[in-house]
Amino acid sequence: MTPQGSILRSLTLLLAGVAAVLSILSWLIVSDFARRAVGRAQDNVLAASVTSIAETLRAEMGEVQLELPYSAFSMLGAISEDRVFYRIVAGGRLLTGYDDLPGIAEGDLEIGRVAFATDDYAGETVRLASATRIVAVGGDPVPVTVTVAQTRAGITQVASDLSRRAALISVVFFCIAVLLSAIAARASLRPLSDIAGAVARRGPSDLRPLHRRAPSELSPLIKALDRLILRLAESVRRSEDFIAEAAHRIRTPLTTVRMQSELALREADTDADRERLRRIIRAVDESSRSAGQLLDHATVAFRAEDLVRDPVDLSQLARRCVESIRPTAQMRDIGISLRTDPAPVRGDAVLLDTAVRNVLDNAVKYSPQATDVLIVVGQSEGESFVRVRDEGPGLGTGDFDDLTERFRRGPTAVDHVGSGLGLTITRDVLRAHGGRLVLENCNDEEGNGACVSLILPSG
Amino acid sequence: MRVAHLALWLILSLWSVASAQSRLEERHVLEGTSGRVLRILSTADLDVFAPYLAAFAAENPAIGLDYSVVSSADLERMIREGAGYDLALSSAMDLQFQLANDGFALRYQSEATQALPDWARWRGLIFAFTAEPAVVVIARNAVADLTIPTTRRDLISLLRDHPDRFEGRVGTYDVRESGLGYLFATQDARATEAYWRLSEVMGRLDPKLYCCSGAMVDDLSSGDLVLAYNVLGSYARERLAREGSDDLVVVEMQDFANVMLRTAIVPRQAGAPDLAGRFIDHLVEIGLRPDPAHWPLPPLSGIGNAAAPSFGPIRLGPGLMVNLDWLNRRNFFRAWENSIRQTVDAAP
Repeated sequence: MTPQGSILRSLTLLLAGVAAVLSILSWLIVSDFARRAVGRAQDNVLAASVTSIAETLRAEMGEVQLELPYSAFSMLGAISEDRVFYRIVAGGRLLTGYDDLPGIAEGDLEIGRVAFATDDYAGETVRLASATRIVAVGGDPVPVTVTVAQTRAGITQVASDLSRRAALISVVFFCIAVLLSAIAARASLRPLSDIAGAVARRGPSDLRPLHRRAPSELSPLIKALDRLILRLAESVRRSEDFIAEAAHRIRTPLTTVRMQSELALREADTDADRERLRRIIRAVDESSRSAGQLLDHATVAFRAEDLVRDPVDLSQLARRCVESIRPTAQMRDIGISLRTDPAPVRGDAVLLDTAVRNVLDNAVKYSPQATDVLIVVGQSEGESFVRVRDEGPGLGTGDFDDLTERFRRGPTAVDHVGSGLGLTITRDVLRAHGGRLVLENCNDEEGNGACVSLILPSG
Repeated sequence: MRVAHLALWLILSLWSVASAQSRLEERHVLEGTSGRVLRILSTADLDVFAPYLAAFAAENPAIGLDYSVVSSADLERMIREGAGYDLALSSAMDLQFQLANDGFALRYQSEATQALPDWARWRGLIFAFTAEPAVVVIARNAVADLTIPTTRRDLISLLRDHPDRFEGRVGTYDVRESGLGYLFATQDARATEAYWRLSEVMGRLDPKLYCCSGAMVDDLSSGDLVLAYNVLGSYARERLAREGSDDLVVVEMQDFANVMLRTAIVPRQAGAPDLAGRFIDHLVEIGLRPDPAHWPLPPLSGIGNAAAPSFGPIRLGPGLMVNLDWLNRRNFFRAWENSIRQTVDAAP
C-alpha cells in the first residue's frame, strides 16, 4: 500500500506558506513605513527651513529684506546628501534664488501655513515646501513667498536601505518560522507515530487492549482499535474453546471404540478379522492422537497468553515423558536411552511437557523397528536443551522451517499417519518461553537420522 | 550715508566688471606622449602645485597636462559658462559646492574616493584633497617684546594697544575680491562675535587688502606687512620652508580656526572625465597620506590629529550656499565695509 502523501510534509509546507505570506506582508508594510517616515522627516525639515527663512523677512529702506540663516540650509544637509534649491518672490518679483524653480499653485498657498508639492527640477525629482508671509513695505502689504526644494535621491536611498534591511529580517524570520513549523508539525504528529509503534511492536498473539493516553483527536481511533482487538480476541478464544471442546468430545467415544475393538480382537477367530481390527485400532489411535494434539494446540494458545514461570527441571520432565512413552516404543521394539544433566528453566510445566512429548512421539513414530532413540538433556552457554535423536530416515531435504507449519508434513512421512500439528505446537511453546526449535539431519559416526533440539534460556 | 551707498555700488560694479573678464594668472603645460591632454583649472599657485603635476606626469607619462591658475570667482564663472576644462580645483568651497549642487559637476567614484571620510566628499560630485587652516602670520621682530596672541581677543588687545607698530602694516583678504577670503570671513562671522570687533580694530589701522594669500606672504617677507589675518597656513609655511627664514611666526588661533578643504570637481562639459578621475585619485591618495611631510599642501588626515578642540573643517553642505545669496552677500559687504574701510570712508 503506497501512502497517500504525508501529513508531516503537507503540514510543514502549509505552515511555511503562511510564514512566507506573513514575511512578505511585513516587509511590504515596513518598507512603506520607512518611505513614509523618511518622506515626513524631509517635509518637516523643509518646513523648518522655510519657516526660519520667512522669520527673517522685514522691510528696510523701502524694500523687502531678508537674511538667509545658515541653519536653514545646513539642516537640509543634515538629513541626506541631497541638492538644495530655493526661491524667494516678493510681490510677484524674484527677490533671490533660482528663478526657474517651480512653485506651488497659488490656490494651495495659505498665509502662515507651509504647503508641500513634488515636482521635477534640474533633471531630478524635488520635494518643495513653500510659505507666504505678508511684509508691510511703506504701508503697502507685500506678499512674500519663500520656497525651498530638495532632491529626493538621498532620502530614497535611506528608505531603500531600510527596506533592504527589512527584507533581510523578513528572510531570517521566514527561515526561523519554517524551522519552527517543521518542529511543531513533528511534535503534533508524535502521538500518532507512538500509537503506530506500539501496535507494530506487539507479538502476533498479543491481543490486549491498547490502553494508551492520547490527544482527544486520536481517542476515537484508539477506542475503535481497542474494540476491534477485543472482538478479535473474543473470536480467537471462542474458536479455541470450540476446538478443545470438539477434541474432548471426540476422544471420549474413541476410547470406548478402542476398548471394544481390543476386546473384539482377543475374541476374533480369523486372521482376516484380526488384521481388520488391528487397522481399526491403529486408526482410532491416530484419531485420538490428532484430537489430543488439537487439544494441546488450543491449550498452548490459551496458556501462552498468560504464561506462568515456575522453575522446571527439563531432565525430570524428559524422564517422565520417556516413562510414559516407553510402552508404545516397546511395542515396536524401539529402545529409548536417556542421558541427563540438570537443566533448570522457568516456565509452564504443562506446556513444556506437551512440547517434549510431541517430539518424542514423532521420534518413536518415525523410527524403524528395532532401533534406538537417544535423548540428551543438559546445559550449554546459558541455555538448557533437550535433544532427541532417532535412527529413522531423517527430515529429508528442503526447508526445515516449513515443517513447523500447521498441518504440514515432511517428505519422509508419507508412510505414516499424523496430523502435522506436533512440531507447530512444540515451536509455539518454545517461542512463548523465549526459546527456539532446531531441526537438523545428523549424519555422523553414530549414524543417520533426525535430530531435534528444544532450546530454552536457563533459569 | 549717501556717499557710503555710492561707494558700495561703485565697488560692486567694479567687482562684476573685474570678474566679467577672466584673467589667467599662470599657465603651465606638460606634454604627454599620447596626445591626450588633461585640462585643469585651479586656484592653487603653480609654485605650490608643481610637485603634484610632476608626480602625476611621472606616473602617467602618456597624459599631457595643461594647468591654468585663476581666481576662485573666475573659476566658478568659467565652469558655469561651460569653459572646456576637465577638472576644477578650488579653495572656495562654497563656490565649488554650489557648482555641484546646481548640476555643473559629473559624478565620479573610485576606490580612492570611497576611502575619503564622509565630511570630505558630497554625493560623489565633489572631493576634498587637502585640509588647510587659516592662520595669523606675524613678523617676529614686530612683537619681539610682546606675547604672541593665540586668540582673537588677544589679537584685538595687541592691535588696539600698539597702533604705532601696526598702522598701515596689517593685511587681510579683500572679501569682495577673493572667494576664499569671503569664505573665511563669513565662517568667522558665523562662529564668533569677535570677528566684527577685530575688523573694526583692523579698520582703524588702515589695513592693506589683498586678493590672495600669496601676495600677503610676499609683503610679509619683504617687511611691508607685520601682521596678516586669515592667511592660508599652507602658503605661509611653504614659503618659510622654501626661504629657510625665521622672521615670521605662523599662529593658529586657539579659540576657533577655520579649516578650508581644497576640493575637486569634474565639470559637466569635461572632455576627458576618465583622466580627471585619475587625477582626483592621485590627489586623494596624497591627501590621505599618513605623514604630513613631503608635499606642499597639508593632508586631510592632519585634522584628526590637531590638538585644538575647536579645530574642524568647514562643512561641505548646503549651508555654504547661504553666503552666496546676493542679499546675504550685499548685507555682509555692507557690514564689512563699515568696519574695515572706515578710515577710507571717513577721509573725505
